[in-house]
Amino acid sequence: MVTLLYFASLRERVGRSREELPLPPGTPTVETLVEHLRSRDARWTEAFAPGRMWRGAVNRRMADPATPLKPGDEIAFFPPVTGG
Amino acid sequence: MIRVQQEDFDIGAEVAKLTAGRTDIGAIVTFTGTVRDHDGAVEEMTLEHYPGMTERELSRIEAEAQARWPLQASLVVHRYGMLRPGDNIVLVVTASEHRDAAFDAAKFLMDYLKNSAPFWKRESGPGGSRWVEAEAGDADAAARWHKRNHAAE
Repeated sequence: MVTLLYFASLRERVGRSREELPLPPGTPTVETLVEHLRSRDARWTEAFAPGRMWRGAVNRRMADPATPLKPGDEIAFFPPVTGG
Repeated sequence: MIRVQQEDFDIGAEVAKLTAGRTDIGAIVTFTGTVRDHDGAVEEMTLEHYPGMTERELSRIEAEAQARWPLQASLVVHRYGMLRPGDNIVLVVTASEHRDAAFDAAKFLMDYLKNSAPFWKRESGPGGSRWVEAEAGDADAAARWHKRNHAAE
């Protein structure tokens, strides 16, 4: 199992801030997890639609699509940051 | 030192605390970011963040600034929650022997923070509310420091 967190506009699009789910089979990466999420239902397809900007963090570090995932990871998805 | 908090900060008090008893500092630079209204369009700004990652990311950025410049002291304070036009959002203080390091490190901290610290702004006003979109210029500003670093290698 991994923990997924969603923030800001992405949280609103998927309609939740947190969930736990089993990792997709194979060699899971941020990219394969997003593909899996996109296939779940229209909200995720829309939230991660091509051309929509999103960022991922794994265990509270900025990640990229190829970052590998393992059970127990905390994976966060959010739009580009706008602090400062 | 970094802090993430809902409460306001007092710039003078923060600088005094950071430099108390120090006689080795010759230059102190402070940057304060505040909530800006655009012609009455913004009544409130809500800042969401990612507790845990925010602190980690700010500490990482501060450590990088300390590694790049000879800083005697540094401080980053970032607020979250509901703010109004004119309110403080972020404070960066850098102290060094000479001004160049203090100015450059303060700009670096802000450029990096804007590009990677997990904060998101939502503005509300008479026309409704909307998430603020990231500006391409923010990523460019952070990328410039990469280039400068590579050029120095």
